[in-house]
Amino acid sequence: MSIAESAAETTKASPIGKAVTAVGSKPKRKSPLEVFKEMPLLIKLSSAWLLFMVGGALYAKLDSALGGSLPLQDPFLQTNGFNPATGEFGTGEPIEPSSAAHWFGTDSIARDSFARIIHGSWVSLTVATVSVTFGIVIGGFLGSLVGFVRGRTETVIMALIDVILAFPALVLLLAMVSIFAVRNLYIISLVIGFLSIPPYTRVARANSLAISNREFVLAAKAIGTKPSKILFREIIPNILPTLLSFALVGAATVIVVEGTLSFLGLSVQLPTPSWGNMLNESRRDIKQTIMPVVWPSLFLTLTVLSLNQVGDWFQKRGAVRGSAL
Amino acid sequence: MVKVILSRLARLVATILAVTFITFIMTALLPGDPINAILPPDAPRDPEIVAQIREEFGLDDPVLVRYVNWLGNAARLDLGESYVNRGQSVMGEIKNRIPVTAQLAAMAIVFAVVISVPMGVVGAYRQGRAIDQATSAASQIALSVPNFITGIFLIWLFAVKLRWFPASNWNRWDKGIWANFRTAVLPASALALSQMAIFSRLVRSDMIATLQENYILSARAKGLNDRFILLRHALRPSSLSLVTIIGINFGALLGGTVVIETLFALPGLGFRLINAINSRDILMVQGITVFVATVYVVINTLVDVLYAFVDPRIRKG
Repeated sequence: MSIAESAAETTKASPIGKAVTAVGSKPKRKSPLEVFKEMPLLIKLSSAWLLFMVGGALYAKLDSALGGSLPLQDPFLQTNGFNPATGEFGTGEPIEPSSAAHWFGTDSIARDSFARIIHGSWVSLTVATVSVTFGIVIGGFLGSLVGFVRGRTETVIMALIDVILAFPALVLLLAMVSIFAVRNLYIISLVIGFLSIPPYTRVARANSLAISNREFVLAAKAIGTKPSKILFREIIPNILPTLLSFALVGAATVIVVEGTLSFLGLSVQLPTPSWGNMLNESRRDIKQTIMPVVWPSLFLTLTVLSLNQVGDWFQKRGAVRGSAL
Repeated sequence: MVKVILSRLARLVATILAVTFITFIMTALLPGDPINAILPPDAPRDPEIVAQIREEFGLDDPVLVRYVNWLGNAARLDLGESYVNRGQSVMGEIKNRIPVTAQLAAMAIVFAVVISVPMGVVGAYRQGRAIDQATSAASQIALSVPNFITGIFLIWLFAVKLRWFPASNWNRWDKGIWANFRTAVLPASALALSQMAIFSRLVRSDMIATLQENYILSARAKGLNDRFILLRHALRPSSLSLVTIIGINFGALLGGTVVIETLFALPGLGFRLINAINSRDILMVQGITVFVATVYVVINTLVDVLYAFVDPRIRKG
């Protein structure tokens, strides 16, 4: 919920050095609940869906950590085969339609599709979190820094960033992924995280350039505040809300990118479920039924749509506040 | 104008050099001995043969020497030979497969423009009305559907259920235009959907801004009819930003062809890239990556120059 909080405080910077950093002086900071109440219905639904997805992913992870004792089926169990837990052969069948036992039916080797989708959301959540963290911490810092200090540092860093952005993103990602013989969630998240840095750097730099010329920064300089203190106390806090709303849209992009990699068989390896590799597996069965394709498609699309909607909403909200200054 | 072109050209060369260097370093520093990709896993590792192969591919030279050699060859359009399919030149493969990818990309852009321009114009003209809200909502959703999902559903509907178009396969031009078109329609449409959403949003917002200009008001005052104003006066300035966004999105489109070609099993560059990655055919991955990135950089520069050429404010500034 930190996103909502920080976006709520946006750029209400009161001028000059100490005053702005004194936490108590922040004008009526809105609680996440108040922000939620302000949302139009569509944005409320989108946020609820996102919360549900995050909850589902954490629940699935907790379930695996507890050895599958929570009420969620085993995503790896082939329900038509021998079940070591019960010592019996299962009665399930491949590609069952939806039923009370299997909400989203079963896949081509009779595993429960609902459990696989919920477990698959962990992959998307991890990739999105790592990407956003890399983007904001490294990209955001670099961008804020070079927009503030300018000079040769800026030239060098931005040249590097521009070269990475000169590649078609997916092609560069594929080339980087091809380096690794073993691809697991950590490697995929790190590579995608690394490639997330450049766009955040650009956004942060553009904002930093504008903020560095504002009165309160000039005032801080005039009273002799150390540059590092200006950077961390004046500039970065004012860029953060913009970066956070950018991060929602960025998360949507990397979830699609991870889905694409999984779909191509170049992300997490089977049998670990992810939405992309479920789609790749189930597309072979579309002559029989489209339903095993529909469920992961729905989850992927709804998640991306929700992130885009909520991100857009926060961006517009920030823009209105920014212009009111 | 000449100055603009020259500075863009200098930047183009610098970017291409940097792009080739990064690609080369990335693939040259990878863990694992390339010899394992060249020789089949079960082949006996005769030290003499291994030494000969290492010599042939120059694997023992320092990285920088290898880069300079490779760059020299690349400048003569020689990107080396496949590690896995011995004797197959990387450039030959690219030449063989680029027509498929280029056709898909071109068709996708044409589809997207043909549908999005009327959508955007109508949306701007009827701003806030039901039809505008419907098209805006449709493009919001289209923007959030990944292209491989679009592709699977297109296959399901038009190839499995209706049997209008094939689900995979590719007919080259020499088999007849219609035969070729039939195999290209579904993949190109899958690529076009998200582009269409982006373009129509752009045209709509551009047109809304343009329609508030004074010269539109004066055209109205002269009594010109709405259609004439929309198409002749308002659409023209918007086409500039459309060209720019096509250039910017070209990279995403090239990435998209990788997925779509794999989904439809089309003999294009993207599918070959995935094959090469799966067989750890490093030189092929390197060659295709450099080629695609270079095309992308060149197209972006062309769009830049074209933009300067069309818009006098940039040309003089």
